[in-house]
Amino acid sequence: MSNPEHLRYSKEHEWVATDDGIATVGITAHAADALGDVVFVQLPEVGDTVTAGEPCGELESTKSVSDLYAPVTGEVTAANQDVVDDPALVNSGPFQDGWLFKVRVAGESADLMSAAEYTAFTAG
Amino acid sequence: MTTESPAPRRTALDATHRALGATMTDFAGWDMPLRYGSEREEHVAVRTRAGLFDLSHMGEIAVTGPGAAALLDYALVGRLSAVRPGRARYTMICREDGGILDDLIVYRLTDDEYMVVANAANAQVVLDALVERAAGFPGAQVRDDREAYALIAVQGPKAPAILGRVTDADLAGLKYYAGLPGTVAGAEALIARTGYTGEDGFELFVRPADAPAVWAALTAAGADDGLVPCGLSCRDTLRLEAGMPLYGHELSTALTPFDAGLGRVVKLDKPGDFVGRKALEQAAERAAAEPPRVLVGLVAEGRRVPRAGYAVVAGGRPVGEVTSGAPSPTLGKPIAMAYVDAAHAEPGPAAATGVGVDIRGSHEPYEVVALPFYKRP
Repeated sequence: MSNPEHLRYSKEHEWVATDDGIATVGITAHAADALGDVVFVQLPEVGDTVTAGEPCGELESTKSVSDLYAPVTGEVTAANQDVVDDPALVNSGPFQDGWLFKVRVAGESADLMSAAEYTAFTAG
Repeated sequence: MTTESPAPRRTALDATHRALGATMTDFAGWDMPLRYGSEREEHVAVRTRAGLFDLSHMGEIAVTGPGAAALLDYALVGRLSAVRPGRARYTMICREDGGILDDLIVYRLTDDEYMVVANAANAQVVLDALVERAAGFPGAQVRDDREAYALIAVQGPKAPAILGRVTDADLAGLKYYAGLPGTVAGAEALIARTGYTGEDGFELFVRPADAPAVWAALTAAGADDGLVPCGLSCRDTLRLEAGMPLYGHELSTALTPFDAGLGRVVKLDKPGDFVGRKALEQAAERAAAEPPRVLVGLVAEGRRVPRAGYAVVAGGRPVGEVTSGAPSPTLGKPIAMAYVDAAHAEPGPAAATGVGVDIRGSHEPYEVVALPFYKRP
């Protein structure tokens, strides 16, 4: 699956869509493919403060558990309860229904990549 | 000194897997399919319909000659001389100190011909041990047959119907843990009713050159029954649900078969000496008198998944260790096998037993259950 042009990407394979100071965060199709079937997600809670580059949750697949990293710093304004209830959404629609949480961005975000840069990053 | 790990070996079905878009993984030095699509869907297919596996990494060793039966009675813990031609046996090979070198399936093909199937990671160790143990048996020959076979498994409730369409072998007369020579899609095969999934099914030992055509014939024969290609990821969750041990997880050289709850495979009443007898007699007494740790099943009351190496706890104290853990597609909950102190091995819900698993610092409640988690209807 190609990486949408309008998103920005972290080295930890999260995508970020920023709209009016609110960043929506998910993991990329590349990351979802690498994990395999996601069976459990633990998300930050609304009101939590997350810090760019630091773990803020967990993703469990059949084979492994991975930390979920915050790609931006700020206060969590939403967590996707649909994904908590049905983690398979992360595999079926990583860029759509499988979004994970939203953050009111405070200050500078981490070093994020464009779609082309991220595509090159994952090909390397 | 630096050593470069050699390039992984590829099976005769490598091009097939790539054409199917498999996610590949290095397993015991082999480049094997981990999954083709969703491992959960592959798992469900085997439980409800059928799945097709490439297991060509398994290690075949031929033991032949008029002394073959006597050699295997000496070299392994089972009584292979009592196995009738055409039947198979689950058994183990142990060290002199009783430690498990590998678990094996041994097929008796004829009076004087056995095929030993070892785990890929242990095949060389098993081969070396058999060759060494054959020194006193001039009537037995040990031959490395790993290059001679590809191994294809078709597993699941639809497996007999699917295989029946491409073979003239008498599958109805082929019992569980039996094997017979026949043809599959025109290719010579040893057809065995064995598997590692907890379902009915077959393992087909064929020439590597024939493997792609046999795979294609089975794929076509199974299309209407919902047969799907299956990778090692679902094989692991299938065997875990079925309570089957995996070497390197539930079995190791640090454990005897009695420690693993599999003392029944050790035939202490067979005549003559065998490698490990003395140590295993002591292990049997120890297991009967004061079992140190017991292999149990654990079922999550929450949703976080236990992994191999995690501590089992009770009342805040470690009382055991998880050996295998995964989300169970059939139960819809995380499950695990674990060795726990005998005092905490009684089945019961966490509220009664206080048993939990330390999942990255958080003690999650787990029900202790008897194995297996799943038995086919």
